[in-house]
Amino acid sequence: MSAAPRHLSRFAAAALALLGTASAGVLPDDRADLLIHSYKGGGIEIEGPSVLVRKKFGDHVSVAYNYYEDQITGHVDTYSGASVDVTSGASTYKEERKQHSLSVDLLQGKTTWSTGYIDSNEPDYKSKTAFATVSEDMFGDLTTVSFGVVRGWDKVYDKTTFKGDADRRNWQLGLSQILSRNLLLGLNFETSESEGFLNNPYRLVRFLSNDPTLARGYGTQPEAYPHTRTGNAGSAQLKYHLPGRGALDSSYRYFSDTWGIRAHTVQLGVAQPIFHNWLLDGHLRFYRQTHANFYSDLFPYADAQNFMARDRELATFKSLTIGAGASWQLPHPRFLQKNSVNVRLDRLRINYQDYRDLRFTTVGAGNEPLFTLDATVFQVFYSAWY
Amino acid sequence: MTKRSGLLLLAAAGAVALSACSPIEPWVKPYEREHLAEAVMSFSRDPVSTSYIDHVFESREGARGATGGVGGGCGCN
Amino acid sequence: MKRIVLPLCFLVMSAATLAASVDPLRTGASAPTFALQSNSGKPVALADLKGQIVLVNFWASWCGPCRKEMPILEQLNRQYRAKGVTLVGVNVEPDTAAAVDWLKATPVSFPILFDVDSKVSKLYQVEGMPNTVILDRTGKVRYIHRGYSAGAENEYLDQIRALIRE
Repeated sequence: MSAAPRHLSRFAAAALALLGTASAGVLPDDRADLLIHSYKGGGIEIEGPSVLVRKKFGDHVSVAYNYYEDQITGHVDTYSGASVDVTSGASTYKEERKQHSLSVDLLQGKTTWSTGYIDSNEPDYKSKTAFATVSEDMFGDLTTVSFGVVRGWDKVYDKTTFKGDADRRNWQLGLSQILSRNLLLGLNFETSESEGFLNNPYRLVRFLSNDPTLARGYGTQPEAYPHTRTGNAGSAQLKYHLPGRGALDSSYRYFSDTWGIRAHTVQLGVAQPIFHNWLLDGHLRFYRQTHANFYSDLFPYADAQNFMARDRELATFKSLTIGAGASWQLPHPRFLQKNSVNVRLDRLRINYQDYRDLRFTTVGAGNEPLFTLDATVFQVFYSAWY
Repeated sequence: MTKRSGLLLLAAAGAVALSACSPIEPWVKPYEREHLAEAVMSFSRDPVSTSYIDHVFESREGARGATGGVGGGCGCN
Repeated sequence: MKRIVLPLCFLVMSAATLAASVDPLRTGASAPTFALQSNSGKPVALADLKGQIVLVNFWASWCGPCRKEMPILEQLNRQYRAKGVTLVGVNVEPDTAAAVDWLKATPVSFPILFDVDSKVSKLYQVEGMPNTVILDRTGKVRYIHRGYSAGAENEYLDQIRALIRE
């Protein structure tokens, strides 16, 4: 059983970004990367490898394969809080998720066609994704326009019992524009549609209750989600090359969906090469969102609404992430063009404004302090170009 | 297909149609792209790492999408 | 859709005509003359190379296809130098340090000229990197190649051989 994040469309989206990136008139470089990733926070530890291998075949085709794994260890509150989430749970759970992705890029003149497939498996969630994108350079290669479609088919299980299908459809439109020798603009727009069993089979909502048999003043019942969700995201990103060797990065994204969530994301970053073969970078990320319209931390009574959720991903919250990375280009063996060792550390803090920490059991339902998540994300990876 | 995705398709078609319009004199010449070709100006310098950190956020937040980056670069060939 | 595209087209076309444009580099026309500092320390002038078949290759150390092409050009140079073919590499980078570093690792035996203020690149309307222009013995532009992909050297060889036979 699992309190791990349920919306695997996100995993697929991230894998998409991994496989389908290139400027349109040039195939991506041949490379191999080995990443060890680690997330610790909110009572959960998730670690694992991610391996990417990309190779050109001839001058027009590039193939990439990625293997990604999550080893999840969670600590669970025995009454109803799985690391603060409300589920029915044992005290510790372990879970494993494995994902394979394959993509093929085809270059014809100034146009790149890309297609791929992603398969993700964990004991109670099976996800399959197919995608296709086309991108083209135009206007003296200063502009790149890209268009993509994504289709996903997910199967959700309650342990081994099949609960339902969740299907996904995304459309993506991207434009990048070189504004000057030192300034690059990227615009992206994406519509995502999901349909089917969109909630978590283990997660519960809570409601106030005077029932004396309920020790903490609230009862629980399974969450109930709408069967469809459509979201739209639009973002703008600017990269500016500073005098010297460094660069600044800034971006803004707005998201809104049919569940009532409105979110803003702002990112700022700076990257600076130092000495002959080091690159240091730092970044800040600000995020805030409003809650889904069927979300509540504590409903007034049982069956208060047709749709009810207590998923903290749908709550109102503000988040700040501070991160830094260092990259060292080490001397390379003759069969490689270059290689590097990289480390990245991010500290993530989420301040929930309407999600309470249920590990505080003595203060009465609805009086628990608001939950704050602190997490540390660590990455170490080796990259080689051949 | 929804109205929004229809609009998206139209926008993409419009961009392609525009490109067939008339050649604009590029204001950054191919031999002036030395900064744009550098790793620090790439939208996806470390795809494995970017994809992972995007996933960390997307699985804890309600928002998803529009994180992509294609374009820029050396513009060679 | 037409309501948006047509006015936009008009705007774009007006902008294009207003933008300064140079006469395109035509095959059959005399190659524009230039003189640039070279990696030997002495300036090299195109006029000095009249009587030779000249292959002018515009390249940059930051350009992947350019770097791939260099060893092939080196091979070509060694093969055809004795037959009256001169290869000239024009590096287009304002800062020559990166190119000099790269040449240390991958040296070539033909002269490398440094076009630090892009005068010659503009003169030859370099569109796309790399860019190779082949001139005949009278100094006329005969062939222009934009970009480099594997196998392009066979075209260069065919064209050079044709020029040798003239």
